[in-house]
Amino acid sequence: MRVLVLEPAKCTGCRACMDACSFEKTGVFNPLDARINVTTFHEDLTFVPSVCTQCEIPYCAQVCPTGALVKNAETGRVDFLGEKCIGCKQCVVACPWGSIRLNHVGKEIIKCDHCDGDPACVKVCSPKALTYVEVEDMVASKQAGVAGAYRKIAEEMSRGVNP
Amino acid sequence: MIDGGYQGKILRVNLTDQSVREEPLREDWAREFIGGRGYGTRMLVEEVDPNVDPLAPENKVIIATGPLDGTTAPSSGRVMVITKGALNGAIASSNAGGYFGPMLKRAGYDMVVIEGVSPTPVYLWINKGRVEFRDASHLWGKLVPESDQLMREETHLQAETMIIGPAGERLSRISGVMFSGHRASGRTGVGAVVGSKNLKGIAVRGTLGVAVADHDAFLEAVRSTRSILAANPVASGGLPTYGSAVLVNIINSTGSLPARNAQEAFFPEAAKISGESLRDHNLVRNEGCADCPLACGRVTEIREGKYKGEHGGGPEYESVWSFGAMCGVSDLDAVVMANFLCDRYGLDTISAGSTVACAMELYEKGYMPKDDAPFALRFGDAEAMVDCVRAMAEQKDDFGKLLAQGSYRVAEYYGHPELSMSAKKQEFPAYDPRGIKGIGLEYATSNRGACHVRGYSIAAEVLAPGLDRLVYEGKAQVTKFLQDLTAALDSAGICLFTTFGLQAADLAQLVAAATGFRIDEKEFLTIGERIWNMEKLFNLKAGFTAKDDTLPPRILHDPIPAGPSKGEVEELDKMLGEYYTLRGWGKDSVPTRARLTDLGIAELA
Repeated sequence: MRVLVLEPAKCTGCRACMDACSFEKTGVFNPLDARINVTTFHEDLTFVPSVCTQCEIPYCAQVCPTGALVKNAETGRVDFLGEKCIGCKQCVVACPWGSIRLNHVGKEIIKCDHCDGDPACVKVCSPKALTYVEVEDMVASKQAGVAGAYRKIAEEMSRGVNP
Repeated sequence: MIDGGYQGKILRVNLTDQSVREEPLREDWAREFIGGRGYGTRMLVEEVDPNVDPLAPENKVIIATGPLDGTTAPSSGRVMVITKGALNGAIASSNAGGYFGPMLKRAGYDMVVIEGVSPTPVYLWINKGRVEFRDASHLWGKLVPESDQLMREETHLQAETMIIGPAGERLSRISGVMFSGHRASGRTGVGAVVGSKNLKGIAVRGTLGVAVADHDAFLEAVRSTRSILAANPVASGGLPTYGSAVLVNIINSTGSLPARNAQEAFFPEAAKISGESLRDHNLVRNEGCADCPLACGRVTEIREGKYKGEHGGGPEYESVWSFGAMCGVSDLDAVVMANFLCDRYGLDTISAGSTVACAMELYEKGYMPKDDAPFALRFGDAEAMVDCVRAMAEQKDDFGKLLAQGSYRVAEYYGHPELSMSAKKQEFPAYDPRGIKGIGLEYATSNRGACHVRGYSIAAEVLAPGLDRLVYEGKAQVTKFLQDLTAALDSAGICLFTTFGLQAADLAQLVAAATGFRIDEKEFLTIGERIWNMEKLFNLKAGFTAKDDTLPPRILHDPIPAGPSKGEVEELDKMLGEYYTLRGWGKDSVPTRARLTDLGIAELA
């Protein structure tokens, strides 16, 4: 199972992911139709990407009265079945991340579907703030990163430096 | 019929009577000049008398995007401010990054034309195709970041802004226009023109999409151009890692980093103000303009000393040089602080630093009476450098008011205009032509005054193997080629820095797929040449002649005293004649009728 990994510390705020996403989904560049979002904090110039986390307990699916949102056991994604949607927007309210949104005309529900396994956003993210990886590799790489930091501390301790 | 890339509408705003009009984009001009710098200049030459006072109500300001703005084309969020410049009265266009360009297009407009003068300070709120004139008296005098915050709070937090700082309000001839808080259209005094119109700025927001003509061809062009850049060591190595200041050590190692107002061209302490040093001491993170894979932008802070706690964007290479080497200053924190001040007050960093350097030389040589300066102006004095920048930003006294007019007017005031390191009154940037011959030709012939981003020959003379930086042969040709290429890409809405990896054919491919126009490499360069000649014709009518295609006497006659380029002077005449011939111009720097006819602009002569 692959997951979209977001690393805000690497994000440069260029928002190419939003443009690429909207182009993939609608054929037109419009960040308001993007399934992914980047929030810019102007006061200190930090940039935070956010996208559907494909929750294991998806509130959006729980509140959906018509079964238009369904957790897919095979892909791990929460699928949106547009033909079942009645536009009640309860999923938008329920999502803790704000990652189910309305499109630019405010009518249609839109959410990330990983472009069915080949996300357009990842292809334009040159600083690699977005990656699409097997979930166990993601954990392993995080462990390796943390272990690297510990190794440095261990080295310093062996030289008598108190960290 | 235009199939994509453009929104097809131009917004015309008259500040005098607060009227607003929408006009269709002209397809013939879009095909001949693309958009941005080219299309905007075509409008300006149609509508503005070349002899008008730049600060008079009759001058206009055009804010223009290109067909690539708002797409995933790499580094494609550029916006161009086109006007008759306040610094020298030449045709002016000044380019910025940030996010304003794409947002203007989402509001439904390719360009905005600003006319007239408002009786009181105003700003424009362009929201989804509706335009409001908003009172800006509470913003007048406020710094750029605060104005940006207030304008977004008063309109929409996701709005993008264009703002002048106090420098533009007070008509400083080296003031710029700031976009998205800290991205600058710095050069040519465009800030003063906006200030003369009592326009504090523009907030814009839109919800429309940007379509392209050929979906599949555009996706392929984006994929191929982004992968070329990803494989390029400058575009995806040096620039993201160190910012454009990665050039400090590189250029200094060629002995071509102007120091102490170009009395020298080698700065022994360059490492202290290098991109490497900036990364170690001040960098917080990288910032990318819209859709930019390079992210050369720096988010920085000052962690110790007198300016501890200050934070903001930048500095880039030219700013590090102008406040650093040019002023003999090696204190990086002071350099970063001077850059912050310029961004906050809306001053051009190249002109500001070079003007401080000029004042320091006038002071040290005794041409500026000691009483005229509020404090001693000595090369290498970091605190004096920052205080000078503050004085010219605030304009609280005669000293600050004089410096705010740029180095040429300062040097002329004290009877030594030759000490202004400028061409056509605009300060040249961070490459000494004595050690890199071709860039001098670019400074001398650039239509907006001395400038590196109209024909960046450094790429060919220093950064890529090929041309020897110290020879004259071939430099006229490369300069003409790069000037034409840049005029075209400036019109497409894409960043010059993409040319570290991309060729004319790649850029043409992007524009063709976006617009549906049949544009290949050759046509792209022809469009660029057409734009260059159109700008030239405006300048000729404004009174510029071949005599203005020159450099400061120091660069032409005084050998570099020390360093790797020791003994070199710039023999401009060895390139200028060949350049005129290649351009199809006479020895008098006037385009021939035949060339203008070939380019389809004979009626503009």
